[in-house]
Amino acid sequence: MTAASPAIEATGLTKVYGSGNTEVTAMRDVTLTIGKGEVVALLGPSGAGKSTLLTAIGLINPPTSGSIVIGGLPVMEGPEALVDVRGFRRRHIGYVFQKANLIPFLTALENVQLASEINDVPPREARSRALELLDYLGVGDRVKNLPHMLSGGQQQRVAVARALANSPSIVLADEPTAALDSVRGRQVMELFGKVAHEQGAGVLVVTHDHRALDVFDEILEMEDGTLRPPVRTTTHTEGSK
Amino acid sequence: MNLAVRDVRHNLARFSLTTVGIGMLLMIVMGMGGIYRGLIEDAVLLVNRIDADLWIVQHGTRGPFAEISRIPRSLEDRLLVVPGVQSARAFVSHTVQREHGGKPLRMVVNGLSWPQDDGSWLPLVAGRPLEAAHYEMIADKLLGLQLGETLELGKDVYRVVGLTQGMIGQGGDGLAFFTVPDALAIQFDSSAEAIRLERFARKARAVKDDIGKMQPMLMDKAELPSRELPAVPRAMISAVVVKAAPGRDPLEIAELISGWKDVSVHTSDEQKELLLKGTVDRARRQIGLFTALLVLISAIIMALIIYTLTLDKTRDIAMLKLMGARDSVILSLILQQAVLLGGLGYVLAYYFGQWIFPHFPRRVIIMHEDLLRLGMIVIAISVLSSLLGIWKAMKIQPNEVLS
Ligand SMILES: Nc1ncnc2c1ncn2[C@@H]1O[C@H](COP(=O)(O)OP(=O)(O)O)[C@@H](O)[C@H]1O
Ligand SMILES: [Mg+2]
Repeated sequence: MTAASPAIEATGLTKVYGSGNTEVTAMRDVTLTIGKGEVVALLGPSGAGKSTLLTAIGLINPPTSGSIVIGGLPVMEGPEALVDVRGFRRRHIGYVFQKANLIPFLTALENVQLASEINDVPPREARSRALELLDYLGVGDRVKNLPHMLSGGQQQRVAVARALANSPSIVLADEPTAALDSVRGRQVMELFGKVAHEQGAGVLVVTHDHRALDVFDEILEMEDGTLRPPVRTTTHTEGSK
Repeated sequence: MNLAVRDVRHNLARFSLTTVGIGMLLMIVMGMGGIYRGLIEDAVLLVNRIDADLWIVQHGTRGPFAEISRIPRSLEDRLLVVPGVQSARAFVSHTVQREHGGKPLRMVVNGLSWPQDDGSWLPLVAGRPLEAAHYEMIADKLLGLQLGETLELGKDVYRVVGLTQGMIGQGGDGLAFFTVPDALAIQFDSSAEAIRLERFARKARAVKDDIGKMQPMLMDKAELPSRELPAVPRAMISAVVVKAAPGRDPLEIAELISGWKDVSVHTSDEQKELLLKGTVDRARRQIGLFTALLVLISAIIMALIIYTLTLDKTRDIAMLKLMGARDSVILSLILQQAVLLGGLGYVLAYYFGQWIFPHFPRRVIIMHEDLLRLGMIVIAISVLSSLLGIWKAMKIQPNEVLS
């Protein structure tokens, strides 16, 4: 992965679900670039294809055609994976969803630690990294709690910590604040900004929350499976590039 | 980080209940094996305890346990003079079911060649061997008789002078030991009326027969008790057991006796084999089949449990895959839980069994080799039963997190 190349380069991404009568084109010829240290919002009505785009870039749901390059490395060419996708996800991609999706039988600390451990980080090291992250995210006092003992906001922050456990080169978040109140929601969004700017990751966040848009360097909008031209680019982005 | 253990800890109540269920199932499997061992052990117990080298039985028969064998008691004396024979004892054994204290009492009546054999070889836990030629008995504890208690059998009353433990016949009934004449008296006990009728019948036969006309003396004697009739054969016994003198090969003696046309010879091992082949074989196959079925059922139940445990974790497994966890992480989660379930179930089965089996009416013998074999079967079941869950887990897609 070269330092100069962007975090994410997607070219001509198209996704067709089903076939024949039930055929749905969820995403049509989407091209986008997200630089390192850049945090980008993705807006759009329900059914616009935002999740489809995010899961395609996240190597969860292969596109029908188009290519994806992450950190300069071509990873998908149409539906064909050019790398070991699971290993790639493990090492380079962090995910956050609307629901925290924490493993219910693991404590906050263990949930974060596990992400590093499955990436072959020694347990001791994984643990101290997890503690550090949870502390940084303001849930350092709840590390021994199981997920069901945490509030929605706390759970989501643990999920963010988990996504960041392996210092990923890209972070993908799909409506991460939908279940949070506006204050908590804003905190999480600011966190993504911090991660992008401090760790140099490329961050793509799908959101409906218009109140926290000032956090983002760039705002994209999707409709009917296609991407509209950028709405706003802040000076912040130029500064960090 | 061990995921299996943490998941179990989180669902402790459910996992415990499931383990108890599996444990009980495995206990039954263990018990079936134990019942089978008990059956064999009980069947050969008497032959083992008598510790004879050779069994001499009626010609052409398979011995006193497999079928009726009748030989004259004088055979004992004939055998004693065979070179190399250290001892020859009469063996009389038959099962009776009588009433005692208002309850049915089933016991295997055995005769000892008193005074040469007073039963001191028996595992006495109380009392003493036989000291009189008549009206004494040694009973097994299983019969529920007390030391000093008296028991009416036929026309005589017997006193319990000794108690044994664990002396059980092949049918699971307790053994009782008498002198040979007493044992025979119990066996051939007839009512006074039956004896009277037989005497008249005997006289009637004598009158019709040539022999009665040629020997009038016989007519007078026909009405006497059987034992006073010289022409009536002597009481029959079931077998004679022979012990070879030290240093003598029992097979050589058997070779010699096998030349006699009126009897057949079996070694102790042959006798045991006959016992096992004849009476126990069907029971063994029955139990074997039943055990195999139970093992199969256990495997199916475990597979379903593991499968449900996996289904419950579909989302977590999808998340693990999404995070990039290798298949081995998920595989070992399921496999470890299966083995944990089987292993703990096995341990529980053992302790349940230790607690319950002694209360069974017949002996349940848990052998080390059976425990070991069951242990391996449990591991095999655990692994096999987790395959269904593993198959399901491998099919889970990472994007199922999103649904
Ligand atoms: N697995 C699927 N099978 C069929 N159609 C799908 C599937 N996932 C999404 N779609 C369709 O694709 C379109 C885009 O969906 P999605 O990407 O989830 O939109 P958004 O996240 O913007 O709401 C929708 O019309 C949806 O019905
Ligand atoms: Mg969506």
